[in-house]
Parts: sequence; structure tokens; C-alpha cells
Amino acid sequence: MNLPVTIVGGYLGAGKTTLVNHLLRNANGARLAVLVNEFGELPIDEDLIEAQDDMMISIAGGCVCCSYGNDLTLAMLDMTRMQPRPDHVILEASGVAIPGAIAAAVSLLPDYGIDGVVVLADAESIRDRADDRYMGDTIERQLLDADIVVLNKTDLVSPDHLRQTKTWLEAQPGNARILDAVSGKVEPAVLLQAAFDREWKENTPGSHATGSFRTESLVIEHVVDVEQFARELTTTMPWLIRSKGFIKATDGVMKTLQIVGHRWTISDAPDGVAAGLVVIGPSETFDLEAVKSLAAASLTEALR
Amino acid sequence: MTTIYNARKVITMNPARPEVSHVAVRDGRVLGAGSLEELGRWGDYELDERFSDKVLMPGLVEGHAHTMEGTLWRHTYCGFFDRMDPAGKTWPGLKSINAVLDRLSEVEATLESPDAPLPGWQLDPIYFDNQRVTRHDLDKVSSTRPIGVMHASGHIMNVNTRALELAGLLKPGLNHPGIPLGKDGLPEGELRGPDVMTPAGIHVGFDRDMLACDERGLRDFAKLCVRSGVTTVTDLASRLSDDAADMMLQVTGEKDYPARVVPLRFFHGLTPKELIDHATSLKARSTDRLRLGMIKVVADGSIQGFTARLRQPGYHNGAPNGMWYVAPEHLREIYDRALAAGLHVHTHTNGDEATQLAIETLEQALQKCPAPDHRFTLQHCQLADAAQFRKMSKLGMCVNLFANHHFYWGDEHYRLTVGPERAERMNACRTALANDLPMAIHSDAPITPLGPLFTAWCAVNRITSSGRVQGEYERIEVSDALYAITLGAAHTLKLDGEIGSIEAGKHADFAVLEDDPTSVGGDKLKDIRVWGTVQGGRIFEAARI
Repeated sequence: MNLPVTIVGGYLGAGKTTLVNHLLRNANGARLAVLVNEFGELPIDEDLIEAQDDMMISIAGGCVCCSYGNDLTLAMLDMTRMQPRPDHVILEASGVAIPGAIAAAVSLLPDYGIDGVVVLADAESIRDRADDRYMGDTIERQLLDADIVVLNKTDLVSPDHLRQTKTWLEAQPGNARILDAVSGKVEPAVLLQAAFDREWKENTPGSHATGSFRTESLVIEHVVDVEQFARELTTTMPWLIRSKGFIKATDGVMKTLQIVGHRWTISDAPDGVAAGLVVIGPSETFDLEAVKSLAAASLTEALR
Repeated sequence: MTTIYNARKVITMNPARPEVSHVAVRDGRVLGAGSLEELGRWGDYELDERFSDKVLMPGLVEGHAHTMEGTLWRHTYCGFFDRMDPAGKTWPGLKSINAVLDRLSEVEATLESPDAPLPGWQLDPIYFDNQRVTRHDLDKVSSTRPIGVMHASGHIMNVNTRALELAGLLKPGLNHPGIPLGKDGLPEGELRGPDVMTPAGIHVGFDRDMLACDERGLRDFAKLCVRSGVTTVTDLASRLSDDAADMMLQVTGEKDYPARVVPLRFFHGLTPKELIDHATSLKARSTDRLRLGMIKVVADGSIQGFTARLRQPGYHNGAPNGMWYVAPEHLREIYDRALAAGLHVHTHTNGDEATQLAIETLEQALQKCPAPDHRFTLQHCQLADAAQFRKMSKLGMCVNLFANHHFYWGDEHYRLTVGPERAERMNACRTALANDLPMAIHSDAPITPLGPLFTAWCAVNRITSSGRVQGEYERIEVSDALYAITLGAAHTLKLDGEIGSIEAGKHADFAVLEDDPTSVGGDKLKDIRVWGTVQGGRIFEAARI
């Protein structure tokens, strides 16, 4: 199975490193491998560090942090030989990098698959950045490439400023889902496939809420036109952040469907899995009925 | 022990006595340049007449090159132009794709191991009407061993089917702007951009760290220096790990190592603080022949790769603006810290927007930390306009312009990347000099061949490879060009007090020439024959190294 990769992008000071540290601390036991350009500002608590050299920091719980220096591709190729194999790779891009270009390059590498592109935006400064005469187009390209924009530091701005910033973000080209955050604190299961898988395994399917997110699982036993279903889910439910399911395609073969924001991928499902779909979204806007009726409609579609 | 050399002419670059007949050398330094009678006043000497029919000028200084050219020569040369290797053999330029395939086949036949990779370099399909090399072409050379040929730009590689297989790229459904697909939905074998070159590059014999140079490569590179009259050369972006620095200290310290090497610490992969600390610790290890402690920052990409950052009106063909490789805040912190630590920074800017950012950032840094004579240098700086050169001059900056680029890719810039008007002002040497900006000109070897006299020819004539004069106004005088490849380049490295002219007290570094660059005429500069060099008083004959 391909190793899922999440690209974390966004300009300097938007909170990429803080978010990465939050994920490392709250990975639910998932072994995360973090790639950063340089260790510089990485505030990993010393008691978490098991070993450290110029290129790698080993962190309690099986996580590692590597600095990739000049060549990201080489670092990624090296990582495939790491034992034990990480469950998920987080790639912290430099502040001026175009995350879509990194995702395109990573998707060429054997053994890797893009889980999602997460771009941090500083609620205080993102609009000024986007107007900057040197960096404006870079900021726009970063937002355009995002599956999820984490609007960070929302506690530092007035409600009015926050509302205006969100309206502006929503009007930007692209299809990113926008999540609010304070100090980069976003539920790892929302951002990372590996953390999501772990949570799903440990909790019985059903309904539960974590923080401001709600997770629902439903059983879809009938056959479905999986591509059509994925397209509908991602385009008609702008609140949906992440979803994973095992769904029987019209030819009877079980497929894995994974969704992050607007991005969806379909692959062959592992043997012996039970059909079902898990969906995560913000509690405020979650619309279970919409998913259920789409699933019901997909039955009719598939049989037509 | 004093040795006095006589020569047909000694060009000193010292305006007080520009041409003399003799130069006296003691302990690797110039004792004096003048007449035999004048020099004889220093006491006993030995008159060495071996240069009596030669022309001596100050050892040439290449201010922007990469020692990796030394290692590249172990791969098959596939360039369009004739080029001399470290051993002195001139490889004829290859004028068609078939000629490239033939040369690769010749080398292929000499390889013993059936799995051994076959790497080539310096392919440039621009000269084949942009006809592309495909994996099927390279499969004719071999379908069993991986083959990869790097383009002259360093940004594109063509590989065969076997190399794609090994890289895991021989599959349908790839969707990447850097990987053109054939009618069969599979990659055609052209890989554009470092991201997509690397996965295949490591299978076709290109080293993991392209910027790195090994011992043999460093020795071979120095041979190229002797053959081109160069006695001081930069290695413009090196990571300089402890191992690499140790190796470079050891090799350049060898008794017969013929060049002074100035490696700059590449900024990438370190925080500004770590960068400054590392450069400071390197500086303390400097020797005469290995000058450590300078820093190289890259602000943007390349113009022909459409990754340089341009101001209005942007790319001529409508391509979107390029990429930043450093954020303004990051650049500012490097400049602030470097000025405070007394370190010297060279910044790669190709597009004029990147140049503007560097200028404005340095201006702010200098307000915080005034540093007279800092000599921060912009490298390439190809699209700078008159206002930018004026500003750079006021700020105490230097520039090193890419004069060779004009010859090799000037036609492409005119036609495609920036259009006629800006193509004519690219690498605007005359405007830089008119604004009293200390100026060097460079080859960026291995991107173009090391050879400052050729570079001088480029700046004097501004002829493109198709034979057009492009930007007549920006042509400079021979004397200015010769200054740029000696004292001008030395100035950008803060070495102008030690090298760059032949005068009392300076290092005895000479280019030994068969022809006189001050009299052959500007159109013949590139044809000047180089006998060899004298470096630190040691004599290196190109034919015997």
C-alpha cells in the first residue's frame, strides 16, 4: 500500500511548525515521519526526543523528524527504506514553496500517495500577504493548491476581521475547505489519514464528536458507481472535510474511496473489509441526511 | 631566491605602469614589475627566459563557476559546441541527434558491466530546432542499461526506457507538467525540473548531490583552470560538510595544486543563524589556496526555465511568473546577520524582480547595520535595468554578469523568454560600468565552458550563436573586459588587494598567453591561445599537466 503523504504549506509565520508539533503530540499512536527543510525552530520537547543527529530526530512513539536540506526527492526515496515503516509522512514545505508542485513531484515516487495538501493561513496577516508585491502571487498559488486551508490564530483577531477574512478566503479560486484553528490545533484525524484510520479502528462505527468535529459512519451495502459518488460527495457537500469508505463498485469489486476536501482517490480495497463509509466534518455544518440521501440515490443511479 | 621572467609583454592591469618587459618573483609573490634594470636592484636573481615569446597577464579570475564540472567530465560529453576536457582533448560538438546517439553508442561499446549506467551531459536541443530526444532514440544505444543525458541548462534530462523502469516511471496515468507523455500514454523520457530528474538521475549515474565534487573532480577542475589561464576560481554553491571541507583543504593543499579555490556556502537547509555560524567557522579554516567563509543565496530560478522572477511585463510568451527560492524575511535575516558578523554574501538573482528584492532588502539591512565596503554581489543579475545598477552602485554592491549566456541562449531570449528589447539589455555590462559598479563576468561552468577570455569576447561583441549582434549599445571595450576577468572579479571576492594585477606584493599569479589580448582585436579574444599559468610562483604548462 502506498504511504500517505500530507503536504503542509503556507507562508512564513502562518504556523506550519506549530501545527506539525501538535500532530506529533496527538498522533493517536500513528508513526509519523516529518520532513522539514531545516530543524531550526522545531520546538520538540526534549523529553520526547530519543535520539538526534544532523539529519534526523527520533521521537518517542515511533515518530521521526528529518531535515531534507537540498533535495526533497532524495530524502523521500531514503525514507522508503526506513524501519519500521512510518504510517504517514508529513512534508513541511518552505514558506515560498508551491505545494501543488511538491505534490505533483511526490506523486511520481513509487510507494507514495498524496493524502492531502494542507495550507496554513495566518488570520491576522493573510490578506496583507496576498497583497504583497513580491509574495502576493505565491500566496495565491499556495491557497489555490490547498485541499484544506487551516485559518490559524483566529483568537488573535476580532470577530469582524475573522468574518471578512473567511469571506475573502472563500472567494479565492480553488476548492479548499476552510477550518478555523487556534495555535494550529486541528484534530489529527481530520488532517491525516493514518490518525483517522487508527481512530476508526479503535472506535466502533457510529456517531461521535471530537472537539468541533463530528464523525459519522454509515453502511452502504448496495453497489455504487464509485466515481460518480465521489464526485457528488466532493462537489455538493462543501462542509465535508475527510471521508474514507469501502464501497462495492458496479462490477461487484470492493473499492477503497478516500476523500480529503475536494480531492478523491479510488483504489482496490484490502481483502475482507466490510462495506461502509465514514465522514468527518465540522459539527456546525455537518449534514448527515444529505449523505444518506446521496447514498440512497446512488443505488438508483447504479442500477439504472 | 628571486626569479626574473622576461616576456614579449607583461600586461599588469596596473594603470601606473600598464605594460612592462619583466616581472620578478620571490616566494610566490611579485617582487616587482618593470625593466630588468629596475628589478635587478633587488639583488641576486636568476633570469628565466622561458616566457620570452609569451604574453603575461594577471592570472584570470572566474567569479562564478562550479567545481562539479571536474566530475561531469567522467560522463559522456554531448554538447553542440567543441569543448576541451581536463586532459586537454577537444571533444567535437555534436550537430545532430544522430551524432549524439553515435557518440553514446561508442562509449556504450566500451562498458564492461551490462548493467552499468551511461550518463551524458550538455545536450541542447535548441540547436536541433528543438527536436526532442525520446526514450526510443536512447533505446537504440541500449535497451538494457540505464541511460540519462543532462541538458546544458542542468534543468532537463532525457532517459531511456530502462531508466524509466528503474525509477518506477514507466507507467500510464502520470500527470505532471514536467513529464511529457507519448501517444501510448507512457513518458517519452524527457524529465523537466530537478524534482522529476532526481528519481531517474540516481539510476543513470548522476551523483546524489549534484553540487558536490570529489577529490578527482577537484583535481580535474584545476586542470581546466590551467588550460584557460585561470588561477583563482569560485565554487559558487557548496554545502561544505565537514568531510567536503576537509577534502577540499587536503586537495588544494597538495604541492602541485594549481589554483586558488573560493567555495561559497550554499544557504539552503539551514536557518540563518546556523548558516552564519557555519560560515564563520569555515572562514577560520581558510588557507591561501582555499578561501572559505563566503555565503551564496539563491533568490529565484532561471529565465530559460521560466522560473526567474520578472517584473512587468513578465515573460514574452505569457508564461506565469517564476518561483521564489527564498522569502523576503529569510533573505533579510541572512543579510542582517551576515553584515553583523562581517561575512560576505553573493545572491543569485536572474529576473529583475528578484534583483529588486535583493537591492531593497540590502538597503534596509544596511540602515540597521552600516557596513562600508560590504561588496555584497548579485550573481547573474541578467535583467537588471539602469535604475537598478545605479541603486546597486550607491549601496556599495557589486555585480557578476552572465556574459556567456548571451552567446549560448541570446537568440532564445529574443524570440521566446523576454522579447527583443529586454534581450538586448540582458547582462548590460556597459550600463553597469557607466554607473561605476564593480563588475565581473562569468561562465557558470559547467553550464557554459570555463574560459574568461571567451567570456570577455562575449561581453565585447555580444554575438549570439546564430551570429547576430544583440544589444550593440551594451558592448564594452577590450580593456574593460580584461579588467572584469581580473581585478573586477577579484574585487567581488575581496581579493583585489592580493590578486588581479601584476604589481609588487601581490601573488605571482599569471596567465601565460601565446597571443596578446590587447592587440589581437576584440573579435579575436576567444581565439587567444593559452600556454598555461603561473600560480603562487609555480609554473603550470597546459601541455604537461
